[in-house]
Amino acid sequence: MLILKLLFRNIFRQRLRTFLTVLATTVAILAFGFLRTIIDAWYSGVEASSPARLITRNAISLTTPLPISYKDRIRKVKGVKEVSYGQWFGGIYISEKNFFPNFAVEAETFLQLYPEYIIKPEEKIAFLRDRKGCVAGRKVAEEFGWEVGDTIILKGTVFPGEWEFTVRAIYRGAGPKVDETQVFFHWDYINEGLKKTYPTRADHVGFFVVGINDPRRAAEISLEIDSLFKNSLAETLTETEKAFQLGFVAMTEAILITIKIVSIVLIIIILLIVANTMAMNVRDRLSEYATMKALGFNWPYISGLVLGESIMISLTGSLCGIVLTFPASKIFVDAMGTLLPVFYITAETLLLDLLIALCVGVLAGLLPALNAIGVPVQRALQRIG
Amino acid sequence: MTDGSFANPAVELINVSKSYLRGSETINVLKDINLVISDGEFLAIMGPSGSGKSTLLNLIAGLDRPDSGRIIVSGIEITGLSENDLARWRAHNVGFIFQFYNLIPVLTAFENVELPLLLTGLSRSQRKEHVLRCLEIVNLLHRLNHLPKELSGGEQQRVAIARAIVTDPSIIVADEPTGDLDKVSAEEVLELLARLNEEYRKTIIMVTHDPRAAKVAKAIRHLDKGVLNAHTETPF
Repeated sequence: MLILKLLFRNIFRQRLRTFLTVLATTVAILAFGFLRTIIDAWYSGVEASSPARLITRNAISLTTPLPISYKDRIRKVKGVKEVSYGQWFGGIYISEKNFFPNFAVEAETFLQLYPEYIIKPEEKIAFLRDRKGCVAGRKVAEEFGWEVGDTIILKGTVFPGEWEFTVRAIYRGAGPKVDETQVFFHWDYINEGLKKTYPTRADHVGFFVVGINDPRRAAEISLEIDSLFKNSLAETLTETEKAFQLGFVAMTEAILITIKIVSIVLIIIILLIVANTMAMNVRDRLSEYATMKALGFNWPYISGLVLGESIMISLTGSLCGIVLTFPASKIFVDAMGTLLPVFYITAETLLLDLLIALCVGVLAGLLPALNAIGVPVQRALQRIG
Repeated sequence: MTDGSFANPAVELINVSKSYLRGSETINVLKDINLVISDGEFLAIMGPSGSGKSTLLNLIAGLDRPDSGRIIVSGIEITGLSENDLARWRAHNVGFIFQFYNLIPVLTAFENVELPLLLTGLSRSQRKEHVLRCLEIVNLLHRLNHLPKELSGGEQQRVAIARAIVTDPSIIVADEPTGDLDKVSAEEVLELLARLNEEYRKTIIMVTHDPRAAKVAKAIRHLDKGVLNAHTETPF
């Protein structure tokens, strides 16, 4: 008990030094947790993907369409449960800064394949019945103040013109990883418009979503689907939804790597700051450790005092940083609007923060502890005065 | 008396030598020291600066190791002990009094005295009893909740003395215990040491420059250039 008392009193001996170290650790852990959450947000699509869904797209590129007629042929592949299709619409709501993902989809099958989009039954029926209807995610609806029954107009970028929709349903995600910033509407509605304005672009889709019975057969089924269209004018590339999403993430890999490097640099900075503080603390108290050694306290006591102090400082800063991560994230999310659709602090990030704080505490205290343990008693005593 | 003619030696040094390296030069601090200190002795070791007094004291107290020779304290050859065993041995057998008190600044007088007792198996209440008893001996019961910075130099040294005796060690080593004190405080400390020797039969080995301090001891040995003078003085 007295040893613990000594440990705690030691922490507050150099109040300014301790305060600044805790503050630096707080800021670093806050920044680290924040960057980790941004990385998590980047991977949210990957995390939310289902192993029971495959995506079939044109082998040339995602922007090259596939004929709608492929649907029936894909449906016949053994192990395929359901096939839906869709098209990235890329519509702009009022201004380009109001970004949110919007897709034209084959609504009925699409909603069957994505049960994580929770829609009230009556709203679902209304949406399926209304060709001009659309279903909006909760977050995007809140962002723009949409309610069921409202009319919204999207300005087409991929498909020129102004397209009018009626909000028929608002979906909620089944879990925190589900993107609630998307808008879906009927592919038929867009296709009909295209038949009049750009007939050559009609009856084509951007991708097929393939629901399969057994995720373990994903690779086999993918190969079988692609073999159906081998040597055709529009060869396909089928992959799991996860691989498809990872492809998007890979496009921005340089940014992610930069964020990860900055995260590691932050940890190194915390380590150096705490280590520097501990080195100064131990240097100031060498004569006290020498006295304790003279009195018979051996290395577990001495190292415990130094490491305990280091860990306490690091953990205090870390806990403050963790607490502050929540309001900081809230401010960030509010400022970003729907740009980062899934942004929440995971339990893994919090645990990682604590683990890092613990490791930093131990590593930062290691050399000073060795210094305290190794100091020759008689030499340290001669330093006094 | 400090020669080997006594049956119960508290400390026995046999052909002890110690040298240090200063750059490439070897400094022979102690040369072939032979010394016997009997149980209940109060010995003052005197000598000029650099004569090796503190080194000799460190060796006796198990804070340092000789290059050659044997050191036997209370029947245990401490030169053969491992670092951990030596630390354990010090905790139970040696009380330290330093020139600059070496109290832990963030602990109160009571807590500073209690500190060595953490290495014993005593309960909290037993520790409290021991600490209060020792603070009573040094006449500091009224200052037990004060931090070292709130105490005078003399009071701090008395707390250090209480800490030195709290584990009831057989030997007390004191390195210039009055070196940082004014005359009045120094006299109080010396009286206390004499009392510990007389009343509590503690073997005290004190290194000092101060002839007035040495007078309190029962015997004085002079150390010069690492060699112990063969002649033992009695101060009175």
